[in-house]
Amino acid sequence: MASAAVSAVSASQGELTTRLRGFREVQRLAYACAEAVAAQLKPGVTEREAARMQREWLRERGVADWFHLPFAWFGDRTAFVGFRVPLQFFPTNRRLEAGMPFILDMAPVHQGFTADVGYSGCLGLNPVHDKLLADLEPHRELILREVRERRPLREIYEDVERLMTRQGYANRHRAYPFGVIAHKVGRVKERRWSPRLFGFGTQALKGLASDALHGHRDGWSPLWSPYTFSDHPPRPGLWAVEPHLGFRGTGAKFEEILVVTDSKDPEQSAFWLDDDLPHVRRWAEEKSA
Amino acid sequence: MSIEQATERWVRTGGVELCVAELGDPARPTVLLVHGYPDSKEVWAEVASRLAAHFHVVLYDVRGHGRSTAPRPLRGGFTLEKLTDDFLAVADAVSPDKPVHLVGHDWGSVQAWEFVTVERTEGRIASFTSMSGPSLDHFGHWIKKRMARPTPRRAAQLLGQGAKSWYVYLLHTPVLPELAWRGPLGRQWPKILQRVEKVPAGDYPTASLPQDAARGAWLYRDNVRARLRRPRADAYAHAPVQLITPTGDAFLSERLYDDLEQWAPQLVRRSLPAKHWVPRTRPDQLAAWIGEFVTATEDTAAGVAPRDTAASGPYADRFGGQLVLVTGAASGIGRATAYAFAEAGARIVAVDRDAEGAARTAEMARLIGAPDAWAETVDVSDEQAMEKLAEKVAAEYGVVDVLVNNAGVGISGSFLDTTPEDWKKVLDVNLWGVIHGCRLFGKQMADRGQGGHIVNTASAAAYQPSKALPAYSTSKAAVLMLSECLRAELAGRGIGVSAICPGLVNTNITSTARFAGVSADEEKRRQRKSSRLYGLRNYPPEKVADAVLKAVVRNQAVVPVTPEARGARLLSRLAPRALRAIARMEPPL
Repeated sequence: MASAAVSAVSASQGELTTRLRGFREVQRLAYACAEAVAAQLKPGVTEREAARMQREWLRERGVADWFHLPFAWFGDRTAFVGFRVPLQFFPTNRRLEAGMPFILDMAPVHQGFTADVGYSGCLGLNPVHDKLLADLEPHRELILREVRERRPLREIYEDVERLMTRQGYANRHRAYPFGVIAHKVGRVKERRWSPRLFGFGTQALKGLASDALHGHRDGWSPLWSPYTFSDHPPRPGLWAVEPHLGFRGTGAKFEEILVVTDSKDPEQSAFWLDDDLPHVRRWAEEKSA
Repeated sequence: MSIEQATERWVRTGGVELCVAELGDPARPTVLLVHGYPDSKEVWAEVASRLAAHFHVVLYDVRGHGRSTAPRPLRGGFTLEKLTDDFLAVADAVSPDKPVHLVGHDWGSVQAWEFVTVERTEGRIASFTSMSGPSLDHFGHWIKKRMARPTPRRAAQLLGQGAKSWYVYLLHTPVLPELAWRGPLGRQWPKILQRVEKVPAGDYPTASLPQDAARGAWLYRDNVRARLRRPRADAYAHAPVQLITPTGDAFLSERLYDDLEQWAPQLVRRSLPAKHWVPRTRPDQLAAWIGEFVTATEDTAAGVAPRDTAASGPYADRFGGQLVLVTGAASGIGRATAYAFAEAGARIVAVDRDAEGAARTAEMARLIGAPDAWAETVDVSDEQAMEKLAEKVAAEYGVVDVLVNNAGVGISGSFLDTTPEDWKKVLDVNLWGVIHGCRLFGKQMADRGQGGHIVNTASAAAYQPSKALPAYSTSKAAVLMLSECLRAELAGRGIGVSAICPGLVNTNITSTARFAGVSADEEKRRQRKSSRLYGLRNYPPEKVADAVLKAVVRNQAVVPVTPEARGARLLSRLAPRALRAIARMEPPL
């Protein structure tokens, strides 16, 4: 599965194998979907409609299975205000209004490759949202740097949280199940019938459960959380990393795949799967402007 | 008496001569101030001189008041129709080409509501700021609605306002009010104002008061019964309205304005903790709000887009434009409090010894609604630095309206392990920081004499003893008692003091706390452990910030915030021995 792809990477010293290319393609497809749907959002669209638009867009392009079904959060739901039970993550009939932030989050499986992406945007002008998006950049750098240093995941989690606190924000990925900032993704067997459990694909869940079982025996976990079970160095594989900032009813996140390998070369030991993504391009444009 | 630097002229209309005073540059937008009862235009002296720097300020004595002449006969000479004629005559004389910005207090506001809701003044009024004077038509509908379906709440509102209107009934008796005003009441009035209404002594009220008050009784007799019995159904405002409500007004209930949005669609609400005579007791705040509203209205008329980060918080009516200084504003409760005030539209001074964090707080505060925000790098325990800060703030930003003494450090460890240096450090920040803040900024507030509020962050440890926190608890208990004493002292000056007792809140106080009597490594470990415990408790500082704003609005004395803080507070009264038993427990570190 993923680890096989990863050892292939380290063997060929950075050449993208077909498998990694497969992951990158589905991640690009998912971000293309997010951008296409975001461009169609207008005042009055509900979260359910936005989620359906993502689902249909991806289905038309050959996605049959999901790690999880698309989510859409509008307004203060982007910061998970008042979330107490996981069911609140599911799309509601909240309508989009001018100036409202939104987040589209989807995890399609395409030809057996999984991606999990998060796209933050807002309808019209929202200076707070712009600031949050800009302030996500140091988190992307921090995570990569500390993973390359092979720091325990729990400590990296705490460093990210400290940076958020220093920036004046709240850590909102703590609201996710197990408070995870990231989770492992891998290849998924393509089945003709792939039922879903609470919006999560059973094939993907199976992969996660088997990772969790193996990890439990060997002292690691496919969930990157603030708890002791994440007190281990980064495990080679593909991690969907999703730092999520919240600030008084406005939330922003990105989510993309971080490749961790067992290479001794720090450059090759961890790298972002793709650097040509909407949020990265946005930061580059801001810098050049 | 005349207002300083004002030029006076006389406007003749409907058989009377009105005394009109003007200040400021006539090319600027005209702000027309209308006084109430029993008053003359001099009630506006303080506000007018503040507004004159930016606007063309016009005041006039209402007919029969001050130096204006009275109609003959008095009966029937004070109807709202005739008062509207007077307004139009003055407006045409002082600003023939452009509409005026109307400001009314008390009966000035009652008449101005008539001006702004009748058809013939359309196009002559650019905006209207109302204080302590409802429209008689709206009032009539308000009463009718409550009489028609008197639910318990509505009946209570009706009875409440009915009791506050006692003087209106008295003014309807013949001759007696005139005799009282020209006799003992007129002589005692200045003292009554000072004692009951806390109006500062000085050259107000003017010598014409007994005559003004005696004649002005006809304002009530000519209008109140007629309008309340048959209120107009079309009393809609044709200009934007700003409503300033003094929350301590003895004559008017705040509930009178509950349905006002229906009559004035573009309504901006402001509330002010003050008594009835706000033009005398709160001139700075009034001038600021009037200036802001007039400027915003002029900008809209000129097609300038309003700020895209407008204040939207729940207390925007109360804190809009006020100056709030928060110490320890680079993180935790201080930062969350600064943000909460910023959301309510306050101007923020973020003080901390961490320059970068304070700058960050100020930057974010501006993004979420603060019209302005500044960062100041000061250690609150440094007396000279605090004095310099107080001078700088007063000179550059103004007098602080709300002071939040929040900066504090944590220290844990047994009493026998705590060194004199540890004691000195914790008392310097936690207690002396608060003392310096209250001393310097509290003095500025008291000297200004226009109210204010001080919030001190104490702690649940102020009343919950613990063998693990002797030094910290001592410092916080001192802060709590200091706040209570100061509250008693400053109550007479309209300055409120609140002590906030948060409890276990997820902030970085744990990761910077000193643990006395252990090695450096052990201290690190305990800091991490306690941070994790507080993280598991995960009570957000934002909720404490909400409690701070609520405490200021309600002028609460002691506010325990988290459930454990409230529980301990209750136990400290009901079962202090239970608290002493808890104090002996070993913390799980």
